[in-house]
Amino acid sequence: MIWVDTIVQGILLGGLYALFAAGLSLVFGVMRLVNLAHGDLIVLGAFLILVLVTALGLNPFIAAAVALPVMFGLGWLLQYHVLNRTLGDDILPPLLVTFGLSIVIQNALLESFSADSRRIPAGALETASISLGPIAVGVMPLLTFVSAVGVILGLNLLFYRTELGRAFRATSDDAVTAGLMGVDPKRLFATATGLAMIVVTIAALYLGTRSNFDPTIGPARLIYAFEAVIIGGLGSFWGTLAGGIIIGVAQTLGAAINPEWQILAGHVAFLVVLLARPRGLFPRATD
Amino acid sequence: MSAGARSSWTVQTRTRAATVFAVVAVIILAVAIAAPLFVSRGTLQDLFFILTMLVLAQNWNLLAGYAGLVSVGQQAFVGFGAYAMFACVSLWGLDPVSAILVGGIAAALLSIATGFFVFRLYGAYFAIGTWVVAEVVRLVLAQWRALGGGTGTSLPNTAIRDFGPVEWISDAFGVRSSQAADILTYWLALVLVCATIGFIYWLLRSRQGLGLAAVRDNQEAARSVGVDARRIKWIVYVAVAFATGLAGALIYVQKARISPDAAFSVIDWTAYVIFIVVIGGIGTLEGPIVGVIVFFILQKTLADFGSWYLLVLGLIGIAVMLFAPKGLWGLFSDRTGIQFFPVRRILKGGPTFDKPGTRGGPHG
Repeated sequence: MIWVDTIVQGILLGGLYALFAAGLSLVFGVMRLVNLAHGDLIVLGAFLILVLVTALGLNPFIAAAVALPVMFGLGWLLQYHVLNRTLGDDILPPLLVTFGLSIVIQNALLESFSADSRRIPAGALETASISLGPIAVGVMPLLTFVSAVGVILGLNLLFYRTELGRAFRATSDDAVTAGLMGVDPKRLFATATGLAMIVVTIAALYLGTRSNFDPTIGPARLIYAFEAVIIGGLGSFWGTLAGGIIIGVAQTLGAAINPEWQILAGHVAFLVVLLARPRGLFPRATD
Repeated sequence: MSAGARSSWTVQTRTRAATVFAVVAVIILAVAIAAPLFVSRGTLQDLFFILTMLVLAQNWNLLAGYAGLVSVGQQAFVGFGAYAMFACVSLWGLDPVSAILVGGIAAALLSIATGFFVFRLYGAYFAIGTWVVAEVVRLVLAQWRALGGGTGTSLPNTAIRDFGPVEWISDAFGVRSSQAADILTYWLALVLVCATIGFIYWLLRSRQGLGLAAVRDNQEAARSVGVDARRIKWIVYVAVAFATGLAGALIYVQKARISPDAAFSVIDWTAYVIFIVVIGGIGTLEGPIVGVIVFFILQKTLADFGSWYLLVLGLIGIAVMLFAPKGLWGLFSDRTGIQFFPVRRILKGGPTFDKPGTRGGPHG
C-alpha cells in the first residue's frame, strides 16, 4: 500500500513539474527558443504573488489572478524588445542572453528579498486532504495536478482550435511564409511568451504555496521542466505532462528508498529515457 | 594556369601585428615567470585566479565559440577533476602534481561517458543536458562519505608541505611552505595557460581546425566535402574536459578545501567563464584574455556590493551579446584589423598579372 501511496504522490508532484514545463514547451514549439531563465521567471512569479498576498492581504488565488496580466505584459515586453533580437540561425545569442537574464533575475531577487526561504501562506488549504479509497491525498497537490491537466488541455485547444493557434503553428513551420500571409512574427512571438508567462504564474502559485522557495532555486526548476519536455518528446503538450509525471514518480520512489536520492532518481530517469528513446516518448517535432 | 604560376602562390597566416605581439608575449611571459620574486602573496593569488579563469575561459571558448557546443555544465569537469585529485592525495597518498594529472584524465574519462548522453541533444538542449550531467555528478559525489559527503573535506596539510618541489621552493626563496605552495600552483597555472593557448592555436591552424571552422560555419557543407563533424566535436569535447579537469584539480590544490556545492558551482565555473568569453569576444583567442582582465577589474571594483556584482555582470553580458556580439576584442579588431593570434589563411604572391593581396574568408 505504501508503494501505491508513493506512486500517487509522485504523479501529483508530476503535475507541478508539468506546469513548470508547459511554458518552456510552448515557447520552444513556437520559436525554437529555449529560455534558460524559465526557472527564475517562475521564482519571480512566486515572489510577485507573495508580495501581493502579504502587502494587500489577498487570497493567494486572487493574488495569482492579479499577477497574471502583469506577468503576461512582462513576457510580452521581454520577448518583443530583447529576445526577438536574439532569434536566428545562431544558437549562441538566445542561450547566452537568457543565461545572463537568469543570473540577473536571481541576483535582483537576492538583493530585494534576501536569501531567506519564503512560502506563500494558503491558510487551511495547506494541510487539507481528502481520502481517495485507502490513501489520503493533499488538496493542494490535487489542485496542482488538475491545474496542470487544465493548462495542457487549454494549450492544446489554443493550438489546434483557434486562429491564434493556427498562426502559432504556421509561424513555427515557416516564419517567412507565415509573414507573407499577414502574420507579424515579432508580435506573435511576444504573445507566445506572454502566454508562457501566464502558465509560469500558475506554476509559481503552486510552487510558492506547496513548498519553501528562495531566489536561487530557479535553475533546478528549469532542469526539471527541461527533463519533462525531453522525456515527453518535443512539441507534444500531453507528452510534457507524461514527462512531468515520470520525473515526479521517479523522485518520490527514489526518496522512499533513501531521502538523499530524491533529486538524483529524477535525473537518472531522464538519462535512461534519453539513452533508450532519444527523441522522447511522444515526439512530434523533428528538432 | 601553368604549374609554375600556381607554385608561386603561398598561403600564410602571419601578420606584422602578430609578430610584434609574439615578441611582447615572450617578454610578458618572462616577467610572469619571475613574478614570485617581486610581488606580494596576495597579488600572486590574484594572478593565480586570473590564470585559472583564463584556462577555463579559453576552453569554454574552444567548445562554444569554435565547435558550437554551448555547454553550461563545464562545472562537472572542474568538480570531477578536483575530486579525483582530492581522492588521490588524501585517500591514496599520491603527490599533488601527479594527482592534478589524474584529475585531468578522470575528467576526460567522465566526458567520454557523459558524451554518449549529451551528444544525443542538439543546440540549446545540449546546453541544458550538460547541466543535468553536472548535477548528477555533483549529487553522486555528495554521497562519497570518505571525502566528506555533502559538507566536503580539506587536504591534509602534510600532503602539500612535505611535497618535494614545495620544500625546494621554500628553501630557495626562503619562504614558508604555504607561500611556497602558492608559488608552485602559480607556476603550474602559468604552464597550463601557455599549454592551453598553444594547443588551441595549433589546433586552429591545423587541418582539424580548418574542419572545425567549416563545421561551425555550415555543418552540412563541411560534411559534404568530407569533414567528419561528429568526430571533431567529440575530440574537442574530450580535450576541453581534460584541460578543464586539470584546471579544476589545480584550483583545488590551491584552495585545499572542497565541497560538492563549491566544486560544482554553476556560477563560479560556468557563469563567470561565459561572461568572460562573451564580454571579451567569443570565437577568438584574444577575447578571453581581454575578458578575464575586464572581469577581474569589475570584481575588484564591485567586490563590496555582493549580489549587485553578478547583476551588473549579467547585464553587461546581455548588452554585449545584443549590441556587440563579437565582444570588446571584436570591436577593436574590426576597427584596426589587428589579430594577435591570426588563424586567417592569407593567399599571397601568385602570377604577376593578378593583383597580389589578401584572399579567402576569415577561416580560409
